[in-house]
Amino acid sequence: MLPVVEVPLQRSDGLAIDGALTERWLVAFLRDEMIVRRGIERAVLGLSGGIDSAVVAYLCARALGPENVHAIRMPYRTSSADSLGDAQTVADALGIHVETIDITDAVDGYLRHASDADPRRRGNVMARMRMLVLFDQSARLGALPVGTGNKTERLMGYFTWHADDTPPVNPIGDLYKTQVWALARHLGVPVHVIDKPPSADLEANQTDESDLGITYLMADRILSQILAGYRNEQIVAHGYDAADVALVRKRVESTHWKRHLPTTALVSSTAINEFYLRPVDF
Amino acid sequence: MLDVAVVQWKPRKGDLAANFGALESAFAQLLAGPGGAPGLVVLPEAAMTGYFLEGGVYELALPATAFAQRLDDAWRGAGGSGPIDVSCGFYENDQGAYHNSALYATIGGPAPRVRHVHRKMFLPTYGVFDEERFLTRGRRLETFASAFGTTAILICEDAWHAIMPTIAALKGARLLIVPSASPGRGLAGGGLLESVERWRSTLSLTASEHGVYVLYAGLTGFEGGKGMSGGSCIVAPNGEVLAALDELSPAILRATLDPDEVDLARATLPLLGNLGAVLPDLWFDDALPLPRGGAADAPGR
Repeated sequence: MLPVVEVPLQRSDGLAIDGALTERWLVAFLRDEMIVRRGIERAVLGLSGGIDSAVVAYLCARALGPENVHAIRMPYRTSSADSLGDAQTVADALGIHVETIDITDAVDGYLRHASDADPRRRGNVMARMRMLVLFDQSARLGALPVGTGNKTERLMGYFTWHADDTPPVNPIGDLYKTQVWALARHLGVPVHVIDKPPSADLEANQTDESDLGITYLMADRILSQILAGYRNEQIVAHGYDAADVALVRKRVESTHWKRHLPTTALVSSTAINEFYLRPVDF
Repeated sequence: MLDVAVVQWKPRKGDLAANFGALESAFAQLLAGPGGAPGLVVLPEAAMTGYFLEGGVYELALPATAFAQRLDDAWRGAGGSGPIDVSCGFYENDQGAYHNSALYATIGGPAPRVRHVHRKMFLPTYGVFDEERFLTRGRRLETFASAFGTTAILICEDAWHAIMPTIAALKGARLLIVPSASPGRGLAGGGLLESVERWRSTLSLTASEHGVYVLYAGLTGFEGGKGMSGGSCIVAPNGEVLAALDELSPAILRATLDPDEVDLARATLPLLGNLGAVLPDLWFDDALPLPRGGAADAPGR
């Protein structure tokens, strides 16, 4: 009998990363985009206690030195106490600056005029308030805001437009959530921060995966196939659940607008970013 | 024998003055180094401007003669007193036609002399690339006489099409100069970006198939989030990567190219000679989408 090697129809999920290579690349990205291009040696970021901002804090500390990283904790009165503690753990591990600016008064000050706001609107107000604080602290500290959104949430539209996505540089925006986890393990982020269920912490007992209706691992595997160009029926043939595939596809296709700047009416042949084209670093 | 220096280069975006100033410093370093000035210096694609310019091309492109003059000024500013050959990628303004080009010039003589200009033929216009929106593609792949011998320049994607080095070698090229600006991607493992691994294997196969030296000069540094992946290397005619740089560090590779190595490689693995013998049978195959009466007649176009 000759040995037979069977090639499975299902491809590699394409999510594996080399931690050392990824760290080297992203540290170089931060140094080039911040110091070389913008002449800014300090970073400011919102440190939530979650995995994404923890990873960005580690990358910033390695790129710029911990003394040049300013982390801001911005709790609202309903925020989990554990989140504050986890953020402190990360800051202590790195030796970066950390301070706490409670956004409760600012958020509630507005919400007094919006008593009908549902949890989604309230969450968006909190996210936008945090970004307001971050940019103001940026001016105070002479530090560049650094983004912490990952590729999964960007693709699923699971973020507040013109809030989480506004910092001018983001080292992890092309990494899926599962890749952020892998990078976190390589960087030595505290295990507790890596292993806890991801949560936007905008509502009590909220988790990302319950909000999304799918686990990050499954979402990432399906997303990577969608972005590779496969149709739903092909992805299902690769072994994925049809309902999961449909859910992920719908989230991607209903949120393209969130990944773009505002739509501007084109009325001339010199319209910015349509005819007048210059790269961001020109 | 030819001493060469391949320079992995990190430009300041859109700043011709700063980049030619930095080049002057690099020339001075070469002049002061233990080996002295090489016979040939090779720089990457778009080295004096950065790669992603979009409409900024129209502000920064130069005629080839003007670009060679700037190279000459930098060489003289560094204290260079004799002639030296330089190959460098640049955005070319040819009377209002804009190209992604690379020249081969002799500078430091009585007047700078442009000995060859290659205009990139394969302008990547997909995904992150948008060259053909702003540039006109080159129409011919020519060889020329360099300080080493018969040579061709292939700019970045030009070298990814196996037919290009094949044609260059059939036209007599013994040396390929490959200036590149390659946004790095692929973090899956092995210590190298997947895009760098692909370059290295492509260049090694190219060198060994045709028995040619390859000088690959990669741009490095981030441009708006896109990291140019360096990876400059010198490949021997037997496919051996003699020296290679990482993705991120500006640096200089020095080597001596020996014409005998080309002959030896071709004797050991005579694929180029075999191709020359079989080529007519391949070329005059009516099923191939090749023009018989001129490019405009090419079927399938």
